[in-house]
Order: sequence, then C-alpha cells, then structure tokens
Amino acid sequence: MLRLFFHTQLQLGLAQATVSALAALTVVLLAHRRQIHLEAETLIAMARGLVQIIAVGSILVVLLRAPRWTSAFLLAGMIMAAGATSARRAKGIPDAFRVSAWSIAFGAGSLIALMTFLGVIDTAITSLVPVGSMLIANAMNTNGLALNRFRSDVLAHVGEIETALALGAEARNSVSPYVQASFEASLIPAIDSLRSLGIVWIPGLMAGMLLSGARPVYAAIYQFVVLAMIFAASGLTSLASTMLIRGRVFSPAEQLLLQPGRS
Amino acid sequence: MAIVGPSGSGKSSLLRLLNRLDEPTSGTVFVEGTDFRNLEPRELRRKLGMVTQRPYLFPGTVAENLQFGPAQRGETLAGEAIEELLSQVGLKDYGGRNVANLSGGEAQRVSVARTLANSPLVLLLDEPTSALDEAAKLEVESSIQKVVHDHGLTCVMVTHDLAQASRLAEKALLLEAGRIVRAGLIGEVLHA
Repeated sequence: MLRLFFHTQLQLGLAQATVSALAALTVVLLAHRRQIHLEAETLIAMARGLVQIIAVGSILVVLLRAPRWTSAFLLAGMIMAAGATSARRAKGIPDAFRVSAWSIAFGAGSLIALMTFLGVIDTAITSLVPVGSMLIANAMNTNGLALNRFRSDVLAHVGEIETALALGAEARNSVSPYVQASFEASLIPAIDSLRSLGIVWIPGLMAGMLLSGARPVYAAIYQFVVLAMIFAASGLTSLASTMLIRGRVFSPAEQLLLQPGRS
Repeated sequence: MAIVGPSGSGKSSLLRLLNRLDEPTSGTVFVEGTDFRNLEPRELRRKLGMVTQRPYLFPGTVAENLQFGPAQRGETLAGEAIEELLSQVGLKDYGGRNVANLSGGEAQRVSVARTLANSPLVLLLDEPTSALDEAAKLEVESSIQKVVHDHGLTCVMVTHDLAQASRLAEKALLLEAGRIVRAGLIGEVLHA
C-alpha cells in the first residue's frame, strides 16, 4: 500500500521505517499501561539504531572499495561497541565493560579469525564485515543475557551465597549454580534459532544470496554455516563472560559486592 | 553474649564485620590476638561460624548440608559425626531427610548443626529465632544452649528479644546508632 503513495526509494524507505517504528512504539505504550517503563530506553535505542545503520549504509560505498585489512579495524571497533552495549546489562558489577569486550573478542573475534583463515568466511570486505558483524551482534546479545541473568540471580540469592561464604566456601564456588544457569539461559535464543532454521524463519542472508544469484542449495547450506558460527561465537562468549564475571562480584576479602540497594 | 539494641542500631552489621562478610570502614577485629586482615577469610569464617536469621539450607539432604563446610577444605564428615551433631540439636536420624520437608524450627537447627560441623571457636547467631513461632523458638533456644555448653563455645547472639537475651546470655552489649552505649552482665545492661 505504501508504494501507492511514495514513489522514490528514499521516501518509501522512510515511510516503511515510520510504520515499523510505530509498531515498536505500540509495544512501549502497552508496556507503559502495565506500569513497565521502556520509553526512554526504547526510543534512544531506536533512534541510535536508525542513525547508525544509515551512517553505515552511507559509507558502504567507501567500504566496498577499501583494502581488505580495514575489516580488522572495523570488526575491532564493533567488538568494543558491543562490549559497551552489553556491559550495561551488568549494572553494579565492576569491570563489566572489560569482561564484555574481552569475552566478545574471545568468542566472536577468535572465531571470525579462525573461520576466515579456514576459508569458511570470504576475506572480501563485503563478506567478512557483514558476516563478522552478525557473529559479534549475536555474541553481544548472548553476553548481555548472560550478565543480566547472573546479576539477577546473584541479587535474588544473596542469603544463599553469603551462607556458603560463611561456611568457608571459596567465593567463586559460592556463585557456581548461577554461573551455570546464566550460561544455559543466554544460549536459548541461539539454540532456538538453529533448531527452527527454515521452519520458523528464513534469514535475510539466504534471501540476499538468492537475489544475488547464488544456487539455492548453497545459499541454504551457508545459512546453516552462519547460524552454527553464531552459536559457536555466542557460546564461547557466554562461557568466557560468565567465567570472568563471577570473580568480579567479590572483593579481595571474598565479600559479596553485589547487594540489593547498593547497585 | 547478647547484642541488643533498636532496629538499625548496627547489631547485624557488627556480626557481619566479625565474620568479615563486610569490611570495616575504620578499625579492625582481632581474633585470638591476630588482626583478622592477616587471616585467610575462609579460615576466619570457619573459626567464627555464623547462623543467620533464615537457615538458607542448600538443596539436598540434611547430611549433605552438614558435609558442606568440611568439604570446602577437602575433608569428609564421617557418618557418626553427622549423627552426633544431629543428636545435639535434637534431630537424631534426620541425616537422610530432604531439607525441603523440614519445618522452620528443624531447618534452623540443621543450620546450627551445619555451622558446628566446621568446628568453630565462636558461634555467631544473627536473630536465629526471629522467623519462628513460639514452640520452634524454644526448641532452637534449647539446642543452642546445649551445643554451646557441650562444645564450650563462645557465643555472640544478636537479638531484639530482650526476654530471649535474658534466658540465654550471661553478658550483653547495648548498641545505639552504631555505638556501644552499655556493656556488662545481662542484668546490668537490660535493667540499668
């Protein structure tokens, strides 16, 4: 229907963005009516996302002509930004940014490097940056989920953790059940994506490959390859971040720093 | 020794400082003449065993809960030692029971036995009966009196219940706004 009113691609794009943003804002409104306040966070995230993707779209032309080594800097910048974004889910935990950035660099960064070396990801900037960004973005989401779950679980079980400490448990061991639960919970989206591939959703990458002339079977297999890499990057990231963060909630004298009301 | 005082006077904070679950902003604590900052936190907490207001038993059996502390040091608590500890708190033959099936008073007595399994020098009790009904409170008090007597322990108990302090303690500290305002024999502190 929008095509009847908007005739240039830019106008149509803006109209489509407006309609989809309205759908997202409806959720915010419904949440507001249930006393759940997502307004500021959602509006800022949407505005940022739009500006960022337009900026990337605008420099894509330059990127396509840039030398291959520039992808390493772009991906490193994405890892830093992903670390900063997901660290916000660990409010009150010291060093959350450093833990997030290192974990994403370990999980997504090392996998991108390995897969590029093995030839699973093409070294062309047009392939490496989009596929790499998918791995980093998913690692970021997984990391955010893991940290958020860990933080909530620790805050909900302060009594149990301090009881274990009072009985002489090593600090890191006293939060082990919550490390494990956070790791498992953070991987649910990646596992479900892999499980429902082709049945519940046909990802955009496959559609793009088909449109650009790839053979359907290869496009399908490569989609599986990407999702398997996403799972691996997410899993490694979550494993690293949950292992690193568990020591950060304690002082050197093994006192629990994360306490309700303090964070 | 009972630590008494109004809500917010710092009774539980004092106990947490003794166990080093919190760090003092100034000053320090001496344990057997040693600055507690020179002790391994885990060893300090073993020596100064703490029982909290709620028992926070770990999922599993009563025996597994009693084995928790020694297991942290790589030690195994023998079956006879478990039975002995459970007998002392009036819970003979409870070792195989799942903690999910215990009453509030039973759970708190398991908590006391679990702390004793670490062979502490001092028993710190943070309002151990405040979440219990009258009958369970008396059962726990009786268990505490017996184990303190049998083990020859120094016991420091935070309570807001002055009658309980009179029943259990010989000495008392009265705290107000984080400061000791009176200290001495229980009768002197409570009836001055």
